[in-house]
Parts: sequence; structure tokens; C-alpha cells
Amino acid sequence: MVRTLGWLSAAALALGLVMAFGVAPREVSQGNVQRIMYVHPPLAWVAYLAFGVVAAASIAYLVRRAPGADRLAHASAEVGVLFTGLAIATGSIWGKPTWGTWWTWDARLTSVAILFVMYLGYLLLRGTVEDRERAARYCAVLGIVAALDMPLVHFSVYWWRTLHQPPSLMKPGGFTGSAAILWPLLVNLAAFTVLYAYLVAKRVRLLRAEAEALA
Amino acid sequence: MSFARRALVVAWKDLLVERRSKETLNALIFFALLLLFVFQFALGPDRERLAGVLPGVLWLGFILSGLLALGRTFLVEREHDCWEGLLLAPGDKSAVYLGKLAGNLALMAVVETLVLGLFVVFFDIDLARAFPGLVVVVALATLGLAAVGTLFAAMTAHVRAREVLFPVLLLPVQVPVLLAAVKATEALLAGEPLGAVAHWVKLLAAADVVYLAVGVLTFDAILEG
Repeated sequence: MVRTLGWLSAAALALGLVMAFGVAPREVSQGNVQRIMYVHPPLAWVAYLAFGVVAAASIAYLVRRAPGADRLAHASAEVGVLFTGLAIATGSIWGKPTWGTWWTWDARLTSVAILFVMYLGYLLLRGTVEDRERAARYCAVLGIVAALDMPLVHFSVYWWRTLHQPPSLMKPGGFTGSAAILWPLLVNLAAFTVLYAYLVAKRVRLLRAEAEALA
Repeated sequence: MSFARRALVVAWKDLLVERRSKETLNALIFFALLLLFVFQFALGPDRERLAGVLPGVLWLGFILSGLLALGRTFLVEREHDCWEGLLLAPGDKSAVYLGKLAGNLALMAVVETLVLGLFVVFFDIDLARAFPGLVVVVALATLGLAAVGTLFAAMTAHVRAREVLFPVLLLPVQVPVLLAAVKATEALLAGEPLGAVAHWVKLLAAADVVYLAVGVLTFDAILEG
């Protein structure tokens, strides 16, 4: 099952790469740099998905106290932090030639940066609590606080300032670009989501093996 | 004992211990004074530049002294071996949370009043017009800060490297509260009425409701063992 997911994500990523470079047209004003946009939004999407899963698994853990829910939260948080970091990095690489700067304190950039440090703190907490059961409880609480905090972060930072372009895919009225841009983006979105599922499944299995070895 | 009474007993105990030992309060007052020195050295004597950064600096003062005060919430219990006593408290543990929160709010109110007073004297800010609005903003922001701070203090009480971990966990979560508080303070000190910063005040109120609800609902899980 996990292995199938692995092969599936490898194939989907390869297809996504081919479509981003082969099918998608070269953007007129930005040139090839724009092709980062077939990777950057999927990375950001997976990051949000991952932290959503952390929140759901955290609530499930506090209600049921099933170690499996805690392992899912743990794995998803790790992958989420990784993808958030990659989203920030790819965004920077795109921003330098396009906006002329690696980083700017725009609303969305700032809120993603806060998200990143919040969940880095989450992983830090996991690493410092020695007792497993206690770590699970504390991290579940932190996972819930962090998720509920996100809308507040979003609004506060948005009122503070904004420069990032509005979402092009999920907005009222739907996508208005051409199909040659839409399909490569959608394939990559699916590919990265499968990759996320694979990494989490793999990590959960590893965490279970660790727990069994220590028990 | 009713729920409210149990919370009050915890708050009363904390305030009594603090009044008799003054362990935290004395250090905090001294710390606030030192912060003022540091700010003055860092910013230099230029009045105009000072006026621009004052709201941010004021909140830096509040948050830094707040971090010190809140971080100690449950260490007192550990140092004096009272943790088990708290665990054995009958009924819902959220009463302990609310009691601890009330004690922290009282402590922070004292420190914040003092810091504000020092700022009026040393940085020559004119509070007369902004004062009523400022009280509302400071009260709402402090409640948000203390609500999460009390929760996280319980969480980090048993953790290695807790002095580092507590601010590292608390600060990112508190970004909305700090942003709203600084922006609202900035407008109020510039002479605008409270109505002009209504959106920030609403955000602070929403944050308070969310944080308090999570604190009350999850504290049981933290105090289990």
C-alpha cells in the first residue's frame, strides 16, 4: 500500500514536471521563471492540508486517546513544516527576478512565515518532552491552538499590509487562465498531494515501529 | 465548592503567596526599570524618532515583562512541591486554569501600570486623551496574552529547556494580539478616538474568546500527569 503510493507519487511528479516544461507555454513577461508557479502553489496547498490534518488528528487524540492519531499528527506536522519551508524557498526564488527582492513583509508571506515558526515550535516541543504520552497530550493542545490561531493571524496580517497577488485558482468566479496553464498546475497539485500522503504514511509506519521497539 | 469558588481559591492563594514572598513582583519591577534604560540607550535622545516607535517599544516592554511573569506561573508549584496538590484538586481542572489566569492578570496589571507610568515620566507621552481607549486595548490584549500564556506555562513546566521553549511557543501564537495592540496603541497615541481602531479591538476580543475557550477546554489534558 505504502509502496504503491510511493510509485504513484513518483510517476505523478514526473508527469507534472513534463507538463510544466513541455505542455505549459513560456510566459511572455516573466519567462521561464514563471514555471516555478507549477510547484509553488501545490507546495503551499499541501502545507495547509498538512496542518489541517494535524489539527484534526489532535482533536481526535484528545477525545479518543488513540496513539495512532498522535502519530498521524506528528508525521503530518513534520511533512507540513518541510513543505512550508519549500514553499517559502520557491517563492523567494521566484520573487527575486519578479519582484526584485527575496523577501518582503507582505501579508501572505508574513502569515506563512508565522505558520512556519509556529509549527517549528510544535516540533521543538515534541523533541523536548521525554514522556511519549505527555508529549502527545501537549502537542495535541498546541496543534489545536495553532490551527485556531491561523484565521486571527490571517486577518491581523492582512489588515497590516498586502502585496501578494490574489489566488488564481480558488477564487470567486473560478479560474480564468487558459487550459495550457490550468492542467499542468492541477497535475502537480495532485502529484504533491499524493507525495504528501506517501511521506506521512511512511513516517507513521516508522513512528509505530519506534514505539513498538521501545515498548 | 462551586466552580467559581474553586477558581477564586487558586487565584487567592497565588496572590497571597506573591504578596508575602514578592518573589516575582520585585524582580519584575526592577526588570521593567532596566528595560527602560535599554530602550533609551538603543533609541537615543531624538524625541521625534522616539515618538514614532513608542507604541512598539511600549508593547515590547509589556510582552517582555509578561513573558517573565507568565513563565513562572507553574514553576512556583513545582519548586514548592505543590504540583500534586493541584492535580488532586477536586472537580474540573479548568477551575485551576481560570484561577491561575486571574492571578496572572492581576500581576500583569500591576506591572503594566508601572511600565506605563515609567513611560509617561521618561518618554514624556501625553496620556490624557488616549487613556480610556488605551485601557480597553491593554486589557483585551493582556487577557489574550495571559490566556495562552497560562496554558503554555503549564505545558512547559515539565519540559527540558523550558525557559527557552516558553517564549518560542508563545510569541508566534501571539502575533495577532501584538499586531492589533501595537497598531491600536499607535492610533490612540496619535489622538484618534477608540472608534477609529474598532476593527483591531474586535480582533482582540475575538482572540480572547478563542484563547479562553481553548484554554478552558484543553487544560484538563495538560494537568493530567
